[in-house]
Amino acid sequence: MENLLPHPIPWYIAGPLIGLFVPALLVLANKQLGVSSSFRHMCAAVLPTNVEYFRYNWKAESWQLIFVFGMLVGGFIARQLFSLPEMVGISASTKTDLTTLGMTTFSGLQPAEIFQWHALVTLRGLLLIVFGGFLVGFGTRYSNGCTSGHSIMGMSLLNLGSLIATIGFFMGGLFATYVLLPLIFKL
Amino acid sequence: MQKLIVFILGILFGGILLSSEVVSWFRIQEMFRFQSFHMYGVIGSAVVVGAISVFLLKKFSVKAIDGSEINYVGKPNKKSNLYGGIIFGMGWALTGACPGPLYVLLGAQYTVVLAALLSAVGGAYVYGLLQKRLPH
Repeated sequence: MENLLPHPIPWYIAGPLIGLFVPALLVLANKQLGVSSSFRHMCAAVLPTNVEYFRYNWKAESWQLIFVFGMLVGGFIARQLFSLPEMVGISASTKTDLTTLGMTTFSGLQPAEIFQWHALVTLRGLLLIVFGGFLVGFGTRYSNGCTSGHSIMGMSLLNLGSLIATIGFFMGGLFATYVLLPLIFKL
Repeated sequence: MQKLIVFILGILFGGILLSSEVVSWFRIQEMFRFQSFHMYGVIGSAVVVGAISVFLLKKFSVKAIDGSEINYVGKPNKKSNLYGGIIFGMGWALTGACPGPLYVLLGAQYTVVLAALLSAVGGAYVYGLLQKRLPH
């Protein structure tokens, strides 16, 4: 299928569109944009627990599970409508840095050497996908929000705690990028 | 009705995240290495539009469509925002995905992301178990 839109959608279109989800959810559903609480709701819904953090009426928050399921469907539809890039147009310096780390493939939206099931049998793949995923779940719940809930929704409300959380996201991200990734890529 | 609206908004949100490449591991690396404006442009302009929208909704006392007062209460400012934020940031750089993109990538048939997503739910569970013992 031919591209219906330039790929990627440029930041000055994608960003404002993403920002409009703040008023859209507030007005149409009286909900604040957020994604990471869905992890908590899934635990509360599925895992038998007497832990206080999971003892609440998750069904009252089920809109968020519907929202993230919509995101999954949106990813599926967008993949059919817009052919994925042969290569993400990352800057030459990023490519050089990643090559120095030991990355060899740059085709597709995601690095093929990491985003494959068989990568999970390697320590590197396990650390990037499974350990990384664990930190995403643990960290977002500990900080009470993620890029959507704190960086976009919280900062749109000019909420100081959300700005501090976002600063934390970057502190952790820079540490992982410059300290952890070189170690992991040596494994 | 609210559920249908939320579902449709989720579809649109996921579609935009995929087609703007903000779900790409490569883009996240580029961001943390400060080598492109793309991610900063997306997040920055989203916040500007979000903040202006909130300002206008408040100024004109807009109510939600069900007639209720819109909730503008932000999340509390605690030390855990920073501590947890640092932990999440590390995970963001390693997986190249924040929570939203985990769902979007799974939908876009990057099936191995299921392992990251389940692990994230596991991480939330472990947080729940340890919550009382962690500094907040």
